[in-house]
Amino acid sequence: MKKLLSIFAVLAFAFSANAGTLDDVKNRGFLKCGVTTGLIGFAAPDDAGNWAGFDVDVCRAVAAAIFGDSSKVEFTTTTGKSRFPTLASGEIDMLARNTTWTLSRDVNLGFEFVGVNYYDGQGFMIPSALGVDDATGLDGATVCIQTGTTTELNLADFFRANGIGYEALPIETNDEARENLFAGRCDVYTTDASGLSATRAQADDPDKWVVLPNIISKEPLGPLVRHGDHQWGDVVRWSLNTMIIAEELGVSSSNVDDSKGSNVPEVLRLLGVEGGYGEMLELSNDFAYNIIKQVGNYSESFDRNIGPDTPLGIGRNLNALWTDGGILYAPPFR
Amino acid sequence: MENNSNFETRKPPVATTGILGWCRQHLFSNWINSFITLLVIYFLYQLIPWFLDWSVFSADFWTNYKGELIVDRTFCSRVADPEGDHGACWAIIIVRFYQFMYGFYPSEQVWRVNLTYFLLVVALLPLLIEKIPGRKHLIKFTIAFPIVAFILLYGGFGFQIIPTNKWGGLLVTLVLGVFGIAIAFPLGILLALGRRSQLPVISMFCTLFIEFIRGVPLITLLFFGMVMLPLFLPEGLNLDGLVRVLVAVTLFQAAYMAEVIRGGLQAIPRGQYEAAQSVGLSYWQMNRKIILPQAIRISIPSIVNTSIGLFKDTTLVIIIGLLDLLGIGRGALADATWMGLSNEVYVFVALVFFIFTFSMSRYSLYLEKKLKTGINMGAD
Repeated sequence: MKKLLSIFAVLAFAFSANAGTLDDVKNRGFLKCGVTTGLIGFAAPDDAGNWAGFDVDVCRAVAAAIFGDSSKVEFTTTTGKSRFPTLASGEIDMLARNTTWTLSRDVNLGFEFVGVNYYDGQGFMIPSALGVDDATGLDGATVCIQTGTTTELNLADFFRANGIGYEALPIETNDEARENLFAGRCDVYTTDASGLSATRAQADDPDKWVVLPNIISKEPLGPLVRHGDHQWGDVVRWSLNTMIIAEELGVSSSNVDDSKGSNVPEVLRLLGVEGGYGEMLELSNDFAYNIIKQVGNYSESFDRNIGPDTPLGIGRNLNALWTDGGILYAPPFR
Repeated sequence: MENNSNFETRKPPVATTGILGWCRQHLFSNWINSFITLLVIYFLYQLIPWFLDWSVFSADFWTNYKGELIVDRTFCSRVADPEGDHGACWAIIIVRFYQFMYGFYPSEQVWRVNLTYFLLVVALLPLLIEKIPGRKHLIKFTIAFPIVAFILLYGGFGFQIIPTNKWGGLLVTLVLGVFGIAIAFPLGILLALGRRSQLPVISMFCTLFIEFIRGVPLITLLFFGMVMLPLFLPEGLNLDGLVRVLVAVTLFQAAYMAEVIRGGLQAIPRGQYEAAQSVGLSYWQMNRKIILPQAIRISIPSIVNTSIGLFKDTTLVIIIGLLDLLGIGRGALADATWMGLSNEVYVFVALVFFIFTFSMSRYSLYLEKKLKTGINMGAD
């Protein structure tokens, strides 16, 4: 028992000073970011063991903003159940884990969602042979549904509101749903549209499957931090905003060096050529330059991880810029 | 005597000896047995060639059917040529073998893990082989091993510190399994003795502890370690995630171990206690020299059984976000480069678990034979 205790004592971290998160991160020399244990396109380790993905890029952007080095981040894997305690206990500085922004999570759990990096929504995937082109035509279908999720409740609401019936086939994981769907044990699989695209990409013949146009819920996914440390929240918020603004302004990792000589005032402000916006965040003035140079703008990250040319093949849709018919909109950089 | 030589000794009937006799006796003794035997043979006939074909003969290892080096799923024969007759695509395991074994442990430090594995074998030697030379000194090392392993794996004392979020794969599985069993075993002995103690406070505490832990599923304890334990710790004090899980796993295992050993203790005849006391042995001397050696010997099958159970239960840690062997496998499947190859990953993970658990059970069989645990108490 004594040996046991001494091991704990060594492993236990020293009491950390009660400084702001930003100072803690700077002193530590790296960012601690919570991600999923693996979700295609959003976060997964590559063959060399480096994490990559759309959510991972948000972590890397914050690291680039603080240290000028997007590799100064350590990832902690979290599951749907462990993510909130892990963030609340201070084990991680921020969470970028396809987490839906809801009132209770924002208020009751004591977190602060700093923005939305992906607008998702619950959809339906069916075999194209079923010949249905709208979810209201799914009367009497067998639906593969993950138990204990909000998607289960949304599904019940949708079918009840449309006065049609369904038979639920409860499943536990994405893998299980995929196998059941492909084996024909259920006619429909319902989960977030991004998850459906991932499932479809894994089919032997993706053309045999269609994702219906119906989106029956709002799932704004975004990074979050602990309540109360507004300075830190600002750093994460403006790291994300920088990626979106950079896309609006047409600044990408390939032209960011040339853009320093741009004659557009907001580009000059963004890249730290004019004004002291980085200092306001207690970062260096070229923090946005570092983000764009090392991680890229929003569309680069999107295309690299989940866009049409990846196996996921997700279109921009809602996640297009507000100028392109989407709802992606960042406050001005001034 | 002379008479006997006139008679040739007759051999037993063919049907009762040799392979034929064995088959007849064990496989075809009556029509139900014969039917089951034929059924099983039929299934094996269907299954084994199919599995061998899938996993070896038509499988891809480094290259696909065109001879190209496989770098992602699209190169796998069964993905590239879905119409063809292709088997498993083991490239996912080969390319990610390092991750499966060590997780994200920095490669320039990985010798520390390998050294720990080697030392683990050294530490196990005196437990596995009774007649090994220098056993007494080796035992000392075995006892010190958890601390040595901790320093080697985690760092400190001049070693670079590798935080546990870099650990993964088989390393995490073995850390949880080995540390869990190694710490739980002495803890379980103490709990078992405590539960049978004459001192009411101790026995009540131990009984309560054991019954509480046995009354909740391991997953509950894992959540307890993950979610609730930090709430009890002082503000700012953060126990490492892996340690919190290890605490939960160890407590769980200790409670079961205690009951197994208590079962062994119950089987020791009263006379053994009385004899020990009559020669003036103290409580601890009596237990150490007389009672426990016998009790543990009887409990070996059950001890190994619960240990195997724990080893497999460690996969539950995926639910709280630790990437053990199975978790790394799922992570590989979540990478767009390899998604969809779940059969290969799960078969591989199952194989690794099988190797470990099967060796454990074979070793326990060997021990039972050596110690003749099946002795009939009191008959001699």
